[in-house]
Amino acid sequence: MIRIWLAQHWFVFVSTLKRLVAAPITTLLSVVIMGIALSVPVSIYVLVENLRLVMNEKNHPQMTLFLKHDIKQENIDKIRQDLQEHPQILGSEFIAKDIALQQLLEKSELPNTVKNLPRNPLPDAFVITVRDDSINNLRELQETLKSWPAIEFVQFDSEWIERLKALLQLGWSIVLMIVAISSIAIIAVMFNTIRLQIATKRDEIEISKLIGATDPFIRRPFLYFGALQGLAAGVIAWLIVFLLIHLINEQLIVFLHFYEIDFFLEPLSTENGLSLLFFSTVLGWLGARLSVSNHLWQIEP
Amino acid sequence: MITFKNVSKRYPNGYIALNNINLSINAGEMVFLTGHSGAGKSTLLKSIAAIERPTSGTITISGQNIAQLKPSAIPFLRRTIGIVFQDHKLLFDRNVFDNVLLPLQISNFDTHTAASRVRAALDKVGLLKKEKAMPITLSGGERQRLCIARAVVHRPTLLIADEPTGNLDIAYGRDIMSMFTSFNQVGVTVIISTHDASLLGNTQHRVLSLAQGNLLV
Ligand SMILES: Nc1ncnc2c1ncn2[C@@H]1O[C@H](COP(=O)(O)OP(=O)(O)OP(=O)(O)O)[C@@H](O)[C@H]1O
Ligand SMILES: [Mg+2]
Repeated sequence: MIRIWLAQHWFVFVSTLKRLVAAPITTLLSVVIMGIALSVPVSIYVLVENLRLVMNEKNHPQMTLFLKHDIKQENIDKIRQDLQEHPQILGSEFIAKDIALQQLLEKSELPNTVKNLPRNPLPDAFVITVRDDSINNLRELQETLKSWPAIEFVQFDSEWIERLKALLQLGWSIVLMIVAISSIAIIAVMFNTIRLQIATKRDEIEISKLIGATDPFIRRPFLYFGALQGLAAGVIAWLIVFLLIHLINEQLIVFLHFYEIDFFLEPLSTENGLSLLFFSTVLGWLGARLSVSNHLWQIEP
Repeated sequence: MITFKNVSKRYPNGYIALNNINLSINAGEMVFLTGHSGAGKSTLLKSIAAIERPTSGTITISGQNIAQLKPSAIPFLRRTIGIVFQDHKLLFDRNVFDNVLLPLQISNFDTHTAASRVRAALDKVGLLKKEKAMPITLSGGERQRLCIARAVVHRPTLLIADEPTGNLDIAYGRDIMSMFTSFNQVGVTVIISTHDASLLGNTQHRVLSLAQGNLLV
């Protein structure tokens, strides 16, 4: 029984595939339209994802630890040691107060006022690079470091991180919104394609019903057709995104060459690509399903 | 096997096509249904396969009340019936073989059994040599035979033929009639409608006459 059932499904699948290959140009066009509609959110997704990667890997957050004024050299060595051993801290750089002052003098517009100070008002400091970029973890680390006796004050620019986070969040929201819009577009296109299909198969549907076809039997080829078209649209979207990223990378290489920066955009991962195919197949199936249940009952013998 | 009890059919436009029909047909019987054009023959036959639903009365087939059948159960009723439609209902986008295959595909037959059954049915109606032909290339009589092959390929217990001899000449009509007789001889219940009383001759089978929706006795 299962074997027959499978054979039936296989038969419908193969004949649907044949139908898709031999499909009129309008059907192929609608697949391309759906592919383009899908490629927009996926492209933006890939760009946002790349932005996130850049932020994570190349721009770890930094903190500045200001030490107490009367700190001794051995204490500084001890802190450097502790910082090195801390699992969350990737690296540290010591900035002696004299150097800090010198840098300030170079940059400051009022060197005279500063020069005339009786003694160096700046403390020694460490600038550390932190592995984690979640705000909560950073706050926690800040508290821990503050409790170290030699440290006077810990500063980190949380606003900058939060702003970037907000930017990423905005990116995700845009992706989601466009995904929703594209999904509706795909379902609408599929709805219409299947409507046309049903119209051309009117006789077959009517006669099949007359000689005892169940509704699932009649629906099946249309659902396969929808799912396969959705899949094809997903493949086209993947291709478009691949080409887009490839083209951007070619430009980036030429452009960044002058700056001696080695950077390129990551394409859509295989895992995400397969998710895309799955998603587009489901969308195609859904559009077909809606269309079929909307139009089939109108054909009653 | 089939019982009509006070069956009336009024079409949505108000026309009464069947008026209080009472009849019963036994399993294995062969019955003719005659009457002038518009008498309600097709309406009566269609109501047996639940293609038209009666406005009142009950139709039972093998103890099953057709009027109370759930829509999802109707396909399974139709699979036990073979129907030769008055307007053929052939699919012109596929060849003779595939037209006859359709009922078997619908009933989930496996491809191998299905193919041999299709050939057996085509052989019975003498169309085996034309299995690759498209219906549009067939003569009127050949199309009629194709319809019969499609109606019997799934071996129904009930065969309904609506004007199967339509516009055919007498000899051809007799030919087709003898085909139905042979189906009946292997136990199939057969109901045939015809407006052409001359075709019946002096048949020993029961003849039901319809006139303006009324059954004459
Ligand atoms: N769908 C319909 N809507 C309205 N009236 C209909 C419908 N179908 C049939 N009729 C009417 O019902 C009457 C009986 O029709 P039916 O088709 O049953 O006749 P018939 O005996 O089969 O005639 P024929 O020998 O010409 O095939 C006819 O007068 C016809 O006009
Ligand atoms: Mg008729």
